[in-house]
Amino acid sequence: MIHRQKIGLQLSYPSPLSLKCYHEGPPLFVIEFLHRVWTHFRFDYFGVCSEPVIKDNVVVVYEVLEEMLDNGFPLATESNILKELIKPPTILRTVVNTITGSTNVGDQLPTGQLSVVPWRRTGVKYTNNEAYFDVIEEIDAIIDKSGSTITAEIQGVIDACVKLTGMPDLTLSFMNPRLLDDVSFHPCVRFKRWESERILSFIPPDGNFRLLSYHVSAQNLVAIPVYVKHNISFRDSSSLGRFEITVGPKQTMGKTIEGVTVTSQMPKGVLNMSLTPSQGTHTFDPVTKMLSWDVGKINPQKLPSLKGTMSLQAGASKPDENPTINLQFKIQQLAISGLKVNRLDMYGEKYKPFKGIKYMTKAGKFQVRT
Amino acid sequence: MSAAPAYSEDKGGSAGPGEPEYGHDPASGGIFSSDYKRHDDLKEMLDTNKDSLKLEAMKRIVAMIARGKNASDLFPAVVKNVACKNIEVKKLVYVYLVRYAEEQQDLALLSISTFQRGLKDPNQLIRASALRVLSSIRVPIIVPIMMLAIKEAASDMSPYVRKTAAHAIPKLYSLDSDQKDQLIEVIEKLLADKTTLVAGSVVMAFEEVCPERIDLIHKNYRKLCNLLIDVEEWGQVVIISMLTRYARTQFLSPTQNESLLEENAEKAFYGSEEEEAKGAGSEDAAAAALPARKPYVMDPDHRLLLRNTKPLLQSRSAAVVMAVAQLYFHLAPKAEVGVIAKALVRLLRSHSEVQYVVLQNVATMSIKRRGMFEPYLKSFYIRSTDPTQIKILKVTCRVTEGFLCHIPQTYIRSMDKDFVAATIQAIGRCATNIGRVRDTCLNGLVQLLSNRDELVVAESVVVIKKLLQMQPAQHGEIIKHLAKLTDNIQVPMARASILWLIGEYCEHVPRIAPDVLRKMAKSFTTEEDIVKLQVINLAAKLYLTNSKQTKLLTQYVLSLAKYDQNYDIRDRARFTRQLIVPSEQGGALSRHAKKLFLAPKPAPVLESSFKDRDHFQLGSLSHLLNAKATGYQELPDWPEEAPDPSVRNVEVPEWTKCSNREKRKEKEKPFYSDSEGESGPTESADSDPESESESDSKSSSESGSGESSSESDNEDQDEDEEKVRGSESEQSEEDGEKRKTKKKVPEGKGEASSSDEGSDSSSSSSESEMTSESEEEQLERASWRKTPPSSKSAPAPKEISLLDLEDFNPPSVQPVSPPAIVSTSLAADLEGLTLTDSTLVPSLLSPVSGVGRQELLHRVAGEGLAVDYTFSRQPFSGDPHMVSVHIHFSNSSDTPIKGLHLGTSKLPAGISIQEFPEIESLAPGESATAVMGINFCDSTQAANFQLCTQTRQFYVSIQPPVGELMAPVFMSENEFKKEQGKLMGMNEITEKLMLPDTCRSDHIVVQKVTTTANLGRVPCGTSDEYRFAGRTLTSGSLVLLTLDARPAGAAQLTVNSEKMVIGTMLVKDVIQALTQ
Repeated sequence: MIHRQKIGLQLSYPSPLSLKCYHEGPPLFVIEFLHRVWTHFRFDYFGVCSEPVIKDNVVVVYEVLEEMLDNGFPLATESNILKELIKPPTILRTVVNTITGSTNVGDQLPTGQLSVVPWRRTGVKYTNNEAYFDVIEEIDAIIDKSGSTITAEIQGVIDACVKLTGMPDLTLSFMNPRLLDDVSFHPCVRFKRWESERILSFIPPDGNFRLLSYHVSAQNLVAIPVYVKHNISFRDSSSLGRFEITVGPKQTMGKTIEGVTVTSQMPKGVLNMSLTPSQGTHTFDPVTKMLSWDVGKINPQKLPSLKGTMSLQAGASKPDENPTINLQFKIQQLAISGLKVNRLDMYGEKYKPFKGIKYMTKAGKFQVRT
Repeated sequence: MSAAPAYSEDKGGSAGPGEPEYGHDPASGGIFSSDYKRHDDLKEMLDTNKDSLKLEAMKRIVAMIARGKNASDLFPAVVKNVACKNIEVKKLVYVYLVRYAEEQQDLALLSISTFQRGLKDPNQLIRASALRVLSSIRVPIIVPIMMLAIKEAASDMSPYVRKTAAHAIPKLYSLDSDQKDQLIEVIEKLLADKTTLVAGSVVMAFEEVCPERIDLIHKNYRKLCNLLIDVEEWGQVVIISMLTRYARTQFLSPTQNESLLEENAEKAFYGSEEEEAKGAGSEDAAAAALPARKPYVMDPDHRLLLRNTKPLLQSRSAAVVMAVAQLYFHLAPKAEVGVIAKALVRLLRSHSEVQYVVLQNVATMSIKRRGMFEPYLKSFYIRSTDPTQIKILKVTCRVTEGFLCHIPQTYIRSMDKDFVAATIQAIGRCATNIGRVRDTCLNGLVQLLSNRDELVVAESVVVIKKLLQMQPAQHGEIIKHLAKLTDNIQVPMARASILWLIGEYCEHVPRIAPDVLRKMAKSFTTEEDIVKLQVINLAAKLYLTNSKQTKLLTQYVLSLAKYDQNYDIRDRARFTRQLIVPSEQGGALSRHAKKLFLAPKPAPVLESSFKDRDHFQLGSLSHLLNAKATGYQELPDWPEEAPDPSVRNVEVPEWTKCSNREKRKEKEKPFYSDSEGESGPTESADSDPESESESDSKSSSESGSGESSSESDNEDQDEDEEKVRGSESEQSEEDGEKRKTKKKVPEGKGEASSSDEGSDSSSSSSESEMTSESEEEQLERASWRKTPPSSKSAPAPKEISLLDLEDFNPPSVQPVSPPAIVSTSLAADLEGLTLTDSTLVPSLLSPVSGVGRQELLHRVAGEGLAVDYTFSRQPFSGDPHMVSVHIHFSNSSDTPIKGLHLGTSKLPAGISIQEFPEIESLAPGESATAVMGINFCDSTQAANFQLCTQTRQFYVSIQPPVGELMAPVFMSENEFKKEQGKLMGMNEITEKLMLPDTCRSDHIVVQKVTTTANLGRVPCGTSDEYRFAGRTLTSGSLVLLTLDARPAGAAQLTVNSEKMVIGTMLVKDVIQALTQ
C-alpha cells in the first residue's frame, strides 16, 4: 500500500485498483488518474491489470507509481515518457538483464519531459516507417419491442499506431468532417487548426495512442445494421415459457456481420433453458441467469436462430419484464457513420512512410427491449 | 496489507530462482528464527559488491513493504546503498527511505550527505530525484537543509528541477508550517516562471500552502491564462480551479443583471403554475428595473479566461472538462453557459464512475439552470446494463429538466427494484415542481396502482398521498378512485395509505367514506395489522365528522379491535374509544378530539436531494459527498465593486513578447497552440476579430430588434425580453469597442459578415453569447435586414431604365409614363366595352390599370421588328380565365413586315394561349396593337411561344408578375372580414414593413398597391387600414390584402389566399413597391 498525503492508492482486494481520498480535490481528477494507471499497466506493462499480476510485479508497480506520483500529485503520465523511465518487462529483457546486470530503469531524463512536445520521445528510429489509423465506430442503440429505434448514436475513435522516425508532423483530413458532432482530442492535436480548417494536425506520440474520439449525433440518421426478431413469452399457469430469437442483417452496405454475440439477463424465475441454436454455441448460467449465445458470422441466406423453452419456477407468477437482449457484433471495413479519411500528409521528415487506414464498426451498448 | 498465505508461498517459490540459497520463503515466518535468518540473508546480499544481488535484495524488501511486513530493522543495511551506482537499486533504496526515514530519524541522517551531493550533480535527473527524496524524508532536523535545497532548485536552469522544487514546497510545509513565509517567497518566484512545465506544479503548491494570498496571482494572471492550454492535464485542472476562485474575487458578476430574473425563474420552477405566471410578470418588472442599474461591462481579463479555457472542453481528460465546466458555470454569463452541456454529455459515455460524478453535477446544474441539457435528452435514456446508481441519477436529471412527464413503462417493469422506487419518487417530484404536468403525473401514478408488483403499488400510493396532501381541495376525484381501488389492491401498505387519505379528507368524499368503512368493517378480521390500525383511524375520524351515519359502524369496528390478537390494535382501540366517545371522566380530552384527529397536517416536501448541494463548488469532492471535506474552500461570492483591474498589468509588458520569441526559437515548428501560447499583443490580435465581429453582429441584431419593436406594438411580450438582451449586448458592444480602441485591430470583417455570422455559428459559436434560441432570432433578424438592401439596390437600375427605355431591359415591373397608359388602356377599354361584363364594374374601381410596357423582342434582335407587351387588366373577351395581353408591334426597319402571327408554342402544362389575328403587313415606321389571351393557370411560369413573320421566327416568352394573375373583386367590408376569417392559418401571410416618408398618403399607397397587383379596393372604416380584394383568374380563389399602416410609418401587410405561393409572392412584390 502506498500512502500519500492527498491520494492514497491502495493495491488490494477486491478490485485491483481502489483508492482512498482523504482531502478535498476534484473527484474526477482522481478517477482520471486511476484510469491512466490502469491503462499503463494494462497496455504498456503487463498486458492485463489484475490482482495476481500486480502482486507478481509489485516492484515494477512501485517504480511506475513512483514516477507517476509525487506527493500525491501526478508527475509523468504520458506513456512515452514512462516507458522510457521504466522499461516494460518483457521476457527478452529479463533474460538480458540477468546476464548483463542492466536494469529496467532508464538513467536519463526523458527528453520529452522537457520539450514542447512532452508526449513524444526524441531520437525515434525505425527502418520501416509506418502510420496506421483505425477508425472504430460503436453504435449505441436502444431498440424497442416493435423494432423501432428509440435512440441510436455513434461513438467513434481513431486509434493510431505511428512508428515514424524523427519528428514527423502529420495532417489528417476527412472527406466529411461536418459529420463529427463532438470531438475530443489527444493533447497533440492543434485545436486552432481544427477549429478553422477541420483538419487534424499533430506531431504524434510514438507508438499506440488514441488520436481522437468523436460522436455522431443522434440527429443524423443512424443505420442499424442488424435486427433481432424475438418471441419470448411466459405463461401464468404453465411452468414453461417459449423463447425464440432470430438475428438478421439490415443496412449493412454489403458487408458481413461477424462476431455476433447475444447476451440476455433472464428473470429470476427462470430455472433452466433448453434451447437449440441453428448455428454457434450457447450457454445458460442458472446461477446468474445469464444467457449468452455466440453466433459468429451471419449468413444472410440462412439466418441464425435460437429456439426452445424455458422452465420456470413452479408456482411463481410470471416475470413482469421480458429480458433485454444485448447484442455484440463487428463489421469490418465499414464506418457506419460514413466518415472517410481523405488523406494523410507528413511534413518535417524526408522519408516516405507507409500509411494505412482501417475502418470497423462495432456494437457498443446495443440493446433490444422485448 | 495482509497477503493471502497461498499467494506468499507462490511468491516465495518464484522470488529467487537465481539464488536458491537465499530462497527462503519470507512470509512463512511464523517461527522467529527463520524470520531472523531471512533478514540475515538480505543483509548479506546488501553488503555484497554485486549489484545484481543488491537489486534482488531490494526487490524483496520492497515486496515485503508492499505486503505490510515490517522491514525497518534492515534500515542500516539499506541506507548504506543510497550511494549505489546502479540506478534501479538507488531508486528502490529511495522507496525504502521514504517509507522508513520518519521512524529511524538518526539513521536517516546518514543518507542526507548523499542527497546534498546529488543536488549538485550536473545531471538534471539526479538533481531532481535527490531533491524529491530529500523533501520526502520527513525528518524535522533537516528542515533548514530542505529549505535551502528548495530555494536553490527554484532558480535551477532546468525547468524539470524547478518543477520538482514546486512539488517539494507542500511537503516541507506539511512537515513544518513555520516555514510558510519563506515558502511563499519561493512560490512567488516560481509563479513568475514562464514554462508550462512549472506552471501546474507551482499552482498546486500555491493551493496547498497559501490559497489566501490571491495577490500573488495578479501579476501572473494573464500569463497563466495564456499558458493554460499547453500545461499538462493535471496542471490544467489545478490552475482552472484556482482561477475560478480568483475570478470570483476580482471580477464583477456577469449575471448581476440577470440575478433578479434567475430568482424569479427559480421561484417559478419550484412554485406552482400560478406562480409561474406571476413569475413572468415580475420578470417584466425586473427587466424594467434593470436600465436603472449601472450597465455591466465584462472585464477583458475575465473574457480572456473564458476564451482560453473554452478549447479545453475538447480535452480527452474528464477532469479537465469538468473543471472547465464548473468554471463556466460559476463565471460565465448565463447565455454562455450552454456550451458546456455538450462536453458534459460526452463524459456521460465514459466509464461508469466518471458518469456517476458527472451526473451528480449535471443534476445540480439542471436544478439551477433548467433547460441546459434539454437538447441532449436522449443521452439520459436508461439502459438495462447501467448500474442502479447511474439509473437513479439519470432519472433525477430528467426530472429536473422536466422531461419525465409520462411514466416510461419499461422503467417501471425493470427488474431493478431500487430503480423502480426511485423512478416513482422522481415522478412525484416532477409533479410537485412543475405544475402543468401534475395531472399527467397523477393519472400515471393512479394507473400504476393496478400494477401487480407490491413495491410499485405501495410506492405509488405513498407518492400520490404526498401529492394529494399538497392540494387538498382539488382531488376529490382521485380519492374516489382510490376508494374504489380498495376492493382490488391487496398490498397492505397501499391499503393503509388509501384509508388514511380517505380519513384525512373525508369531508371531500362524504358519501364514499362511510361506505368504505362499512366494507372495511366487514373484512376487518382478515386484514393485516397495519390496515386494521388505519381502519380504526378512519372510523374515529368519520365518527367525529359524520357521527350520525357512522356511529354504529365505529362502535362495531372498535369492539372488533378490542378483541384482536394484536395488543397494539387493542391499545389503539381502547385509546380511540376513550378519546372520541364521550364518557364521564374523559370529557376534557374528548372535547378536543376533533382537534387531535383532524389537525391540518403539513404537506411533505418532495425535493430532489440535489437541491441543497448547490452551495458546494461543482466538481469538488464535497459536492459529490454532499458534506464538507477537509480542505474544502468555499467559492467566494462576487464582489460588489470590482477591485482595481490594473493590478494585473505587468510592469514590463515586453517580457511576454521576448519570452515567446525565445520560445518560438526553441520550437522547431509552429505548434499546437502557438497563437494561444503567445500572450500579450500577438495573442489578442489573433483572437480579437472574432470577438469583435461577435459584438458587431450583436449590435446589429440589437438595432434590428429596436426597429422591429418600434414597428409593431403587439410585440409587447418580446419587447421586454429584448430590452434585457439589448442592454446586455450593449455592454458587450462597449466591451468590444473598448478592446478595439485599445488594441487597434483593423476593422472591417465584423460589419461585412454580420449577417453571415449567424449562419456560420459553428465557427463563431466559440464566442457567441446567444443561446440557440436567440441565435435563431438573430438569424431571423439578419435575413430581415437583408431585404432592405436588396430593395435599395433595385431602384438604381430602374432609374436608368426610365432614362433609357430603349436599350435597357428592365428586369421587373415598373410604372410607365401616364400618356402611354392612357392611350393603351383607352384602346383596351373600347375593346372591352363591346363585351360588357359584370367584372368590368370592379375593374373600373381600380384607379390605375395596367403595368408598364415590357419588351418582348428588341428591335435589333427582331431585325427591325420591336415588340412590347402590356397587361391591360381587361377581361379577355374569349375566355374569362385568360389574362389579356396587349402586344405592340412597331416596325423600325425600312421594309414592310408581313404575315405577323403566332407560331407553334411549347407551353408548360396548363398554360394555354389564345392567338391574336394575323397582322398582314406592317409598313416601315408604323406600329400596330394586338390582343392575345394567356391562361397562366395561376402560376408565374413563363409562356414561351414563337412569333413568326413570313421570313423569320422569333422565340419569345412572357412571364407575368404575380399581381397580374388576378382580377379585382368588389366586396363590402363585412364580406371581406368574413372571407378573411375563412382564410386564416396557413393561408395567411403577414410581414412587417416600414413605409418610407414618400408613401404615407392614402392616395400613393393605394396607387402603389393597385399598380403592383390587379386588385380592387374594399371600402374601409378606419383611415389607416387599406383593404384590397381580388380573385385569381384561373381558379377564382380569393386574394385578400390588408395593409395596416401606423402613423410612425410602421406597417403590417397581410395577405390571405388559398394559393399560398401567390400570396407569398404578392407580399414580396407589394412590399418592394411600397418600400421603394
